[in-house]
Amino acid sequence: MAGSTLEIKNLHVSIEGKEILKGVNLTINGGEFHAVMGPNGTGKSTLASAVMGHPKYEVTEGSILLDGEDVLEMEVDERARAGLFLAMQYPSEISGVTTSDFLRSSMNARREEGDEISLMKFIKEMDSVLDYLEIDKNMAQRYLNEGFSGGEKKRNEILQLMLMKPEIAILDEIDSGLDIDALKVVSKGINKLRDENFGCLIITHYQRLLNYITPDYVHVMMQGRVVKSGGPELAQRLEAEGYDWIKEELGIKDETVGQNA
Amino acid sequence: MSVETKLPYDKEYINQFSKDNNEPEWMNSLRLQALEQVDTLELPKPDKTKIGKWNFSRFKHLAEGEKIDSLKELPEALQGFLDEENTPENLLIQRNHSVAYATLSDELKEQGVIFTDIFTALKEHEDLVRRYYMKDAVSVDEHRLTALHAALMNGGIFVYVPKNVEVKVPLQVIFWQEDPEAALFNHVLVVAEENSSLTYVENYVSYNETEETLANVVTEVIAQNNAKISFGAVDNFAAGTTVYNNRRGVAYRDATIDWALGQMNEGNTVSENITHLVGDNSLSNAKTVTVGRGKQIQNFTAKIVHFGKNSEGYILQHGVMKDSASSIFNGIGKIEHGASKSNAEQESRVLMLSEKARGDANPILLIDEDDVTAGHAASVGRVDPLQLYYLMSRGITQAEAERLIIHGFLAPVVNQLPIEAVKNQLTQVIERKVY
Repeated sequence: MAGSTLEIKNLHVSIEGKEILKGVNLTINGGEFHAVMGPNGTGKSTLASAVMGHPKYEVTEGSILLDGEDVLEMEVDERARAGLFLAMQYPSEISGVTTSDFLRSSMNARREEGDEISLMKFIKEMDSVLDYLEIDKNMAQRYLNEGFSGGEKKRNEILQLMLMKPEIAILDEIDSGLDIDALKVVSKGINKLRDENFGCLIITHYQRLLNYITPDYVHVMMQGRVVKSGGPELAQRLEAEGYDWIKEELGIKDETVGQNA
Repeated sequence: MSVETKLPYDKEYINQFSKDNNEPEWMNSLRLQALEQVDTLELPKPDKTKIGKWNFSRFKHLAEGEKIDSLKELPEALQGFLDEENTPENLLIQRNHSVAYATLSDELKEQGVIFTDIFTALKEHEDLVRRYYMKDAVSVDEHRLTALHAALMNGGIFVYVPKNVEVKVPLQVIFWQEDPEAALFNHVLVVAEENSSLTYVENYVSYNETEETLANVVTEVIAQNNAKISFGAVDNFAAGTTVYNNRRGVAYRDATIDWALGQMNEGNTVSENITHLVGDNSLSNAKTVTVGRGKQIQNFTAKIVHFGKNSEGYILQHGVMKDSASSIFNGIGKIEHGASKSNAEQESRVLMLSEKARGDANPILLIDEDDVTAGHAASVGRVDPLQLYYLMSRGITQAEAERLIIHGFLAPVVNQLPIEAVKNQLTQVIERKVY
């Protein structure tokens, strides 16, 4: 087995005192693509945010380990430097900071002091990924996410992912709000990263993304837990039949968080 | 209220000072009349800031400064203000109260552009200076500090661009208060005649951390019909200097005055930047940034008054406050009766970096005309935790993330400065003040 391993064990997470995740278990190894699916309000995005260390989410129980290291003990920036990446559903807009300055700072953050990427090399790498993702080069000089369309923000997240080359990436609803052409481009970017050293957790509630990115494992979340796991065929069955059969199988009436089976 | 208003300089002193400088008679009497008014006038009353006990009377009035033959003789810190590669064509360095260095391109000289210190201007261009000096923009008797300024004026510059002349290369001035106790009563007079244009950039620098002194600066900027003036500044007086800075513009028909002011003083400061849009279709963009630190108390007023029809005024003030610094930001858009179709917009934003810092943004619109548009936005807040989270999620440390956010916050003004070296200098000053 190559690459890194992210282990999520019995994870409980609250926001403003309300428990959203109620014991999530999930392990992602390098080389594996996992998809987490589920209807709205079942805790999928909370899982992504908690792993990255979003300030509003509080982990009350359980553990997250990256190659055995305790992720919960790390600050957000340390998690990133350890090899985690989260493509966010709602990236912040930062006025006055150009996308290219931000990208360069991000790429240098994972490098040793004195080993910063040269400006020429940076521009070359950035330009090639911009081309690959069919992004207008002007975006690099625009302020980070400011005034970006929904699609531009998503592409920008994938741009960062491709430049930063993390060990484990979590993609939080990277497909929402994308038209089919944009979806294809974004998928192309993600697929390019596929190798034995790269693990990926794709959060979505549409099966259509998985037509372009084939997952090795599919998990279904309901009521703040992973309630079913399987292979790519699980996603296809969900596409064809929806979630009701799972609810029936497990005796779940309301799948959203806050309801108990 | 009169706390220590006794001036160390009297009528005889001022009379002699004026004579030593071979000033014209009208200037001499303007000074003496102003001196008489000093005691009867009150200090200005900036909104919400009490300045009654600030030092406006303990200072040394005069200090000579040696000439320099080459810019290489400047201290390194000052060389930073100059573009390394190309030696500035149009540069004046005032060292204490003397001109240390001055150069103006032959081309501009031939076109009749005047770019000289105020004392030389009083001798060589007396009529022009007399026409504008404390007449249309700032009056001697506005309050005690304007009167004090007029009485004790001991430095400054006169910039004059004749009709139809476009000055394409920036004119740059460095006011270097080398003597730690010398006060600067600086007068900047910029006049752009009809259809002319220029870019002017000034830097104020001093290094008196502990010695007490003051700066009382009056700047008058006059844009005649269809003239365009771009005015950039970085103020960087040290902690020992109490600063009163009054920058005022008057824009006539179709004229534009744009301000980009980096207000980076370390001591207590009252700074007002007022533009009178007198002519129809006149325009002003007033952009300022500041960083407050330590215990400094500052009061900033950005005000645009609309008299002309279809005049447009845009105010943007961004401030960062740390430690226990405190600042008031007054943004005032005033539309006079008759200034129909005018537009007064303003935005004041304050970023707080510590619990003890204080920042108030006071947006004020005073409108005496129906057919106008106006708007304001003001906010005081901390660094957005979600912005920090986003940047940090890419491996950027918290300190670096805050640095990026702060620079981004101040960028609208920094980027506006027309000389690259001055822009970099301001960025460095921000860096130094924030960390």
